[in-house]
Amino acid sequence: MSHADTQTRHVPDRLRPSLYAHLVGWESLLLAVAVAVFVFNAFASPYFLDAWNLSDATFNFTEKAMIAFAMAMLIIAGEIDLSVASIIALSSTVMGLAMQMGAGTPVLVLVGLTTGLLCGAFNGALVTRLGLPSIVVTIGTMSLFRGVSYIILGDGAFTRYPASFAWFGQGYAFWVISVEFVIFVLLAIFFGILLHKTNFGRMVYAIGNNATGALFSGIRVDRVKFVLFLMTGLMSGLAAVCLTSRLGSTRPSIASGMELEIVTMVVLGGINILGGSGSIPGVVIAAFVMGLVTFGLGLLNVPGIVMSIFIGLLLIGVIALPRLWAIWRKRTV
Amino acid sequence: MSALKSREAILFGAILALTTVIATRFPGFVTPTNLVSVFTDTSPLMILAMGQMVVILTRCIDLSVAANLALTGMVCAMINVAMPGLPMVVILVVALILGAALGAINGILVWKLSIPPIVVTLGTMTIFRGIIFLLTEGKWINAHEMSPHFTGFPRNEILGMPVLGWIGIIVALIMMVVMARSTMGRAIYAVGGNPHAAVYTGIDVGKTQFYAFVISGTLAGLTGYLWVARYSVAYVDIAGGFELDVVAACVIGGVSIAGGAGTVFGTLLGALFLGVVKNALPVVDISPFWQLAISGAAIIVAVAFNAKSGRSKGRVILKSAEHAQ
Repeated sequence: MSHADTQTRHVPDRLRPSLYAHLVGWESLLLAVAVAVFVFNAFASPYFLDAWNLSDATFNFTEKAMIAFAMAMLIIAGEIDLSVASIIALSSTVMGLAMQMGAGTPVLVLVGLTTGLLCGAFNGALVTRLGLPSIVVTIGTMSLFRGVSYIILGDGAFTRYPASFAWFGQGYAFWVISVEFVIFVLLAIFFGILLHKTNFGRMVYAIGNNATGALFSGIRVDRVKFVLFLMTGLMSGLAAVCLTSRLGSTRPSIASGMELEIVTMVVLGGINILGGSGSIPGVVIAAFVMGLVTFGLGLLNVPGIVMSIFIGLLLIGVIALPRLWAIWRKRTV
Repeated sequence: MSALKSREAILFGAILALTTVIATRFPGFVTPTNLVSVFTDTSPLMILAMGQMVVILTRCIDLSVAANLALTGMVCAMINVAMPGLPMVVILVVALILGAALGAINGILVWKLSIPPIVVTLGTMTIFRGIIFLLTEGKWINAHEMSPHFTGFPRNEILGMPVLGWIGIIVALIMMVVMARSTMGRAIYAVGGNPHAAVYTGIDVGKTQFYAFVISGTLAGLTGYLWVARYSVAYVDIAGGFELDVVAACVIGGVSIAGGAGTVFGTLLGALFLGVVKNALPVVDISPFWQLAISGAAIIVAVAFNAKSGRSKGRVILKSAEHAQ
């Protein structure tokens, strides 16, 4: 936002980076951090290296990561959606209403996903049809969606979801592998292929690097962006299904503040917040880093708010350190 | 005619219409006492929104204002508990300096390391809140621990209005002069309007953004003390999520998120609009749970309105350019 226009963009002139470039690349750096956190945790707490504990730790990030994948593509295309946590609240509330009317598990899931999709369509229409900046639109819908949730629920809550609904958030596919983790892996593969191996993915990068240029090369920019908002909405709906199923209740304050954690995860994953670059594997590793840090500190009885300091420092640190390093190298040479 | 069409006039009309509608059914809402209390109640939002406006004008955003407010407020409260006899001036100076320092951290990271402002302030937001927890271990500082002059200062009435409201007015006047009459104010508009052109006119873009963050931080620090003193309580989560209300006030007030466009007066009206809505809901017996949805809808309408007026202007310029060819 600040220096975007005053800086020249670095356009790589060869497509296959050297081995050295791979070694110092963002994903490798992040992977090293993840391994370091893992090893540190294993030594710091005797309870860390336990299959069930590690399985529990995945719940810290699976729901957020589902949204983070779609958000990553949206940010690469130069837009952002800050309303995702509010979409979760609204989807969860509408599911609660459906549950009160006696809907069974399949209908509940359908209702949750549809609400998410409609919210995404609303954001997408405002951004692409009316040409409004997404950051403001989604700050608005962030209040609006959660606000509707508050109007419906007030200080009440929906509980008594059917027993079979608990499968999504509390079920296990096999042994310690939770249903949520399986969904996370499948989505990681899906979004990885979508962004890195399809025409659609190339279009997303093209739009993020130069929307006007993309338009002139025949990409329907608005349609691609609309689809990205739809996907982000749908993923928020899916996260709402998982979260509601895991908690077994709905309050209007559900998932509050989660949008910032998701953006943090995406940025930590090496996605350029100004658009144009980044990768899904990066986001996957960032999800693990955040999950491991939170879980490891939790085992050491560090309170949640202190963990957020680590996440905040991590966010600024991983971006600041390479830039400080570059400045330092320039001075010494 | 142009004055009638201006965004400020329309917003002013909207606030007036809203107040009139409420007044026809609940005359108690428009008594001078109540209007003063609505204004005073909105003052913290107004002060923060003016700081945020400066930052948004330079094409940045400051999401850490509420966390800055909470941290500075907590430090002021702790100083008061440790040294109850300290004069008010010292507390105010501490609030301003600490707020400015926290804002300067954001500014340095944006200026010297070119990290996108949204990333920087997202990070410092969580860090500032975390630091409050480290300072207090999650404990609250309650009214009975604070000295009477500490909590009383913003509530003292001068000419029928509490000091808090007067501070809002004074800050607004200072900001109006700074933005319209000072070199820095003009530089801030120039940087947001066209950074390239600003560089060629000899303005340091990064440095101007740094100053914008310092201004925003200073005002957040000031509000931090006022907030804690007014509500007579300090804890980790005070003003949680308030940064979005602040951005909302700016957007409703006509500040363009793309930078370079927006006025102090418009921002004040934006904040006042949210303040009137918030204070009117309980009066007209609508559940306060409606407030969030209403401010969300107001943001969307306001931004749609901003974009529309901006676009028609752009089209005119393009047309004349075509004619020239």
